[in-house]
Amino acid sequence: MARGPFPLGAAATAAGLALLTLGTLAVVAVRAGGFTPAAADWSAVRFTVLQAAVSAGLSVGLAIPVARALARRRFAGRGALIVLMGAPFLLPVVVAIIGLLAIFGRAGLVNQALTAAGLPPVSIFGFHGVILAHLFLNLPLAVRMLLQGWAAIPAERFRLAASLDFDPAATFRHLERPMLRAVAPGAAVVIFLVCLTSFAVVLTLGGGPAATNVELAIYQALRFEFDLGRAAGLAAVQFMLCAAAVALAGRLAIPTGFGAGLERVARVPAPGGWRRTGDAGAIGLAAAFLFAPLLAVLWRGAPGLLALPASVWSALARSLVVAVGATALSVTAALVLALAVAREAPGRRLFEVAAMLPMAASGLVLGTGLFLMVHPFARVEDLALSVTLVVNAVMSLPFVYRLLLPQARALQADYGQLAAALDLTGTARLRWLVLPRLAAPLGFGAGLAAAMSMGDLGVVALFAGESGATLPLVVSRLAAAYRTEAAAGAALVLTLAGFALFALCDRGGRWLAGT
Amino acid sequence: MSAMRTILAAALTTTATMAAAETPVLTVYTYDSFVSEWGPGPAIEKAFEAECGCDLRFVGAEDGAALLARVRLEGARSEADVVLGLDTNLTAAAAATGLFAQHGQTFAGDLPVAWADPLFLPFDWGWFAFVYDRTKLSTPPKSFVELGASDLKIVIQDPRSSTPGLGLLMWVKDAYGDKAPEVWTALADNIVTVTPGWSEAYGLFLSGEADMALSYTTSPAYHLIAEKDDTKAAAPFDEGHYLQVEVAGKLAATDQPELADRFLAFMETEGFQAAIPETNWMYPAKTPAAGLPAGFGTLIKPVKTLLLGSAEAEALRGPALDEWRAALSR
Repeated sequence: MARGPFPLGAAATAAGLALLTLGTLAVVAVRAGGFTPAAADWSAVRFTVLQAAVSAGLSVGLAIPVARALARRRFAGRGALIVLMGAPFLLPVVVAIIGLLAIFGRAGLVNQALTAAGLPPVSIFGFHGVILAHLFLNLPLAVRMLLQGWAAIPAERFRLAASLDFDPAATFRHLERPMLRAVAPGAAVVIFLVCLTSFAVVLTLGGGPAATNVELAIYQALRFEFDLGRAAGLAAVQFMLCAAAVALAGRLAIPTGFGAGLERVARVPAPGGWRRTGDAGAIGLAAAFLFAPLLAVLWRGAPGLLALPASVWSALARSLVVAVGATALSVTAALVLALAVAREAPGRRLFEVAAMLPMAASGLVLGTGLFLMVHPFARVEDLALSVTLVVNAVMSLPFVYRLLLPQARALQADYGQLAAALDLTGTARLRWLVLPRLAAPLGFGAGLAAAMSMGDLGVVALFAGESGATLPLVVSRLAAAYRTEAAAGAALVLTLAGFALFALCDRGGRWLAGT
Repeated sequence: MSAMRTILAAALTTTATMAAAETPVLTVYTYDSFVSEWGPGPAIEKAFEAECGCDLRFVGAEDGAALLARVRLEGARSEADVVLGLDTNLTAAAAATGLFAQHGQTFAGDLPVAWADPLFLPFDWGWFAFVYDRTKLSTPPKSFVELGASDLKIVIQDPRSSTPGLGLLMWVKDAYGDKAPEVWTALADNIVTVTPGWSEAYGLFLSGEADMALSYTTSPAYHLIAEKDDTKAAAPFDEGHYLQVEVAGKLAATDQPELADRFLAFMETEGFQAAIPETNWMYPAKTPAAGLPAGFGTLIKPVKTLLLGSAEAEALRGPALDEWRAALSR
C-alpha cells in the first residue's frame, strides 16, 4: 500500500482536536485537586452506559429493516422521504421533546386514543421515555448510515447474485450481512456516543434522579459545587467510555472487500410477496413514528410565527453565518482526516481516535476549559461567535468523518493505485477523483454539520453578552420570559432553517453523485 | 496605503481611549434572562446611564449558579464590578470566595423578612409556589402532605441544575426538617419528571403534561397582565412558602468602586425597581411609589414565609440532596 508522505494537514487537525477536547479537560483539571468517584457517580456511569447501549442497539437494529426496504424499493416520493427522515436528528433537542410529548405525552395523541378506547394511559416519562426519544432522534441517522452501506455494494455483485439465482436469504447472507458487519458497528458506536453525553433528553424525560447520567453529575459539579476536579474526573470517565466503544466497534467491524464496480447505479433486487408487504410496513411505521412528532412541532409552532420579535431574524442571520462557517471547517477537517486514515498514512490510529474525541467531550467541560484558555487574553463576549463556530465545527466533525471514512477507504482501495500510476496528486486528485467520488457523503455530512450547528445552543450561552445572541439562545430566552408561544414559533423557524440547509447540502451532494 | 491605514488605526485607537477615559464603564454580570430584551436589563441600563455619565455593560451567564461559577473561574482578575442575580442559597458560597466587598448600605426595602447581609443587597424577591390551572383543578392541595396523598401530577426542577429546584429542596427541608424524606417519598408518585431548568418545567405544565409546576406566586401575574388570561393561579400551602431573595454584590477587585456603590444604591430606587414586576415577574425589593401593577393585587399572599439563613442553607444542601435522591430514586 502506498503510504505517501507524512500527512501534515491531518496531523495538525488531529492536534487541534486533541487541544479542544483533552486540552480543555486538562485546563479544568489543573485548576483542581483530586477526584474520588462517589457511589452516586458509579450509578450515574451505569445508567449512562445502559441507556446509551440500549438506545444504540435498538436504533441500529430497527434501522436495518427500514434501510433495506428503502434500498430495494422504488416509489414516488422516495427521495423526499429519505431527506425528510434526516430531520429528527437535526432537531434541537428541546424542540424534539416538545414534538414527542405532543404525540406520546399525557395530553398527546396516543393517550387521547387510548382514553377514547377505554384503556389506561401510558406515561412517556422514565427509562423507556429516554429510549423512545433517543430512538426518535437517532433512528434516522442509523437508517441513513446503513442506506449508504447498501448503496456502496457494487451493482455488479447484485447482478452476479441474480445470475446465480440467489434467493433473498442467500443475497442477505452473501452480500447484505457482510456489508452490515462493516457498517453497523460504526453506526452503533456513533449513536452510543451521542446518547452518552445526552443531557436534556435524559433529564426531562428520565422522570427523576434514578435517571442521572454523567453529564448531569458534571453539571452539578461545575455549577453548584464548583468542584473542578470532580468535573474533570467525570469528563475523563466519559472519554474512557468513548475510547472503549470506539475500540470495540473497530474489532467488530469487518471490511467487505467487495472490490470496485463500474459505477452503475445499484439496483438492489426487490423480492415480491410477503416481503413486499413487510417492506411497506417497515417504511410506513418508521415514517409514522418519525413524522408525527415533526408535524406536531409544525402545528405547535405555527401560531407563534405571528408573535415573533424582530430580534429572531438578526439571530437567524447570525446562526446561519456561524453554521456555514462551522460546516466549511468541519467538512474540510473531516475530509483531511478521513483521506489520511484511508490511505493508511503514518499516525492513522491517532487520527482515528482524534476524530472521535469530540463525541465524548462534555459540552460543559469543553466550554469551561475554553473559557479558562481565552479569558486571560481576550474578553470572552467579543469572541462568543467565533468560539461557537469552532466548537460547533468540532462537535459535528465525528459525524462527517464517520460518513466519509467508508467511502474514502473504498476510493483508496479501488482507485488508489490507478491514481498513483497516473500521478494524480494534490488539487487535481481532489478535483477529478476525491470530490466526485465522495460527493454524496460530503453533501450529507455538510448538511448534518450545518443543521447541527444551527440547532445547538452550544457554548454561546456561556459566552454571550448583551448582543450577539444566536437563534437557539433567543429560543431559550423567550421560554425563560414566559413567552412559550413565541418560543415555539422561533423554534420552528430554527428547525426549518436548519432543515433547509441540510436538504440543500444533502440533495446537492446526491445530485452531484448521480444517485 | 498601509501607512494611511496605520495612521487611521492609531487615530481610531486614540479616540477610543479618549472616549473610554471620559465615560467609565461599569460591568455587571447577571443571568441571561435579565439581559434579554424581555428582561429588566434594557430599561435599567437606560435609566442608570441617564444619570451616571457612564457606560453600563451587562454580561449574561445562564443562571444564578452559572454566574457564581463564572466569577469563581475568573477570580480577582474578573472584569466584573458588580454581580447581580445570586439568591440566598448561593450567597454563603459566594461570601466564602472572599471576592465580594461590603456594600456599606442600609437596606430599607419591603422584604417579608429582615435583611442584614453586609455583602449582598436584595433587588427582588418571590415566594416559590405550585402553579395550576383553575379551569382544570377546582380544589388544589393545601399542603405538601395533601399533595403527596393526591394523585395530582407535578413537574419540578432538578436541584442539581436549577435554582428553583434547589429552592424547593430547601422549602421542604425548612418546613419538615427530619421528616423531609417522608414528604419526598409521598411526593415521588406525583412527580411526573424533574427538568433541568425552570422553563422546561413550566413549558410541560402549560402543554398539559402536569397539573402543577413549581414556579412562583407571581407567575399568574404574567398570564393575567401580558395575556389577559386569569386561569392560572398559585396554590397557598399551610406550611408557608419558601422565599427566593435575589441579590447583588460588589466585587472587591473592582476598578470602579464608587460607580459600583452608586449602582447598588440606584438598584433600590424607582429607576431600577419599577422595571422589575413586569419584566422579571417578581416582587421589587422596594415597592414603587405608584404601587405594584394592577394584576399583582390578585395574587395569593402567603401567611407564613420560610427562609433558611444562607450559612444554614449551604450546610443543609448536601444532606438534603442525598435525602431527595434516595427518596425519588426508588
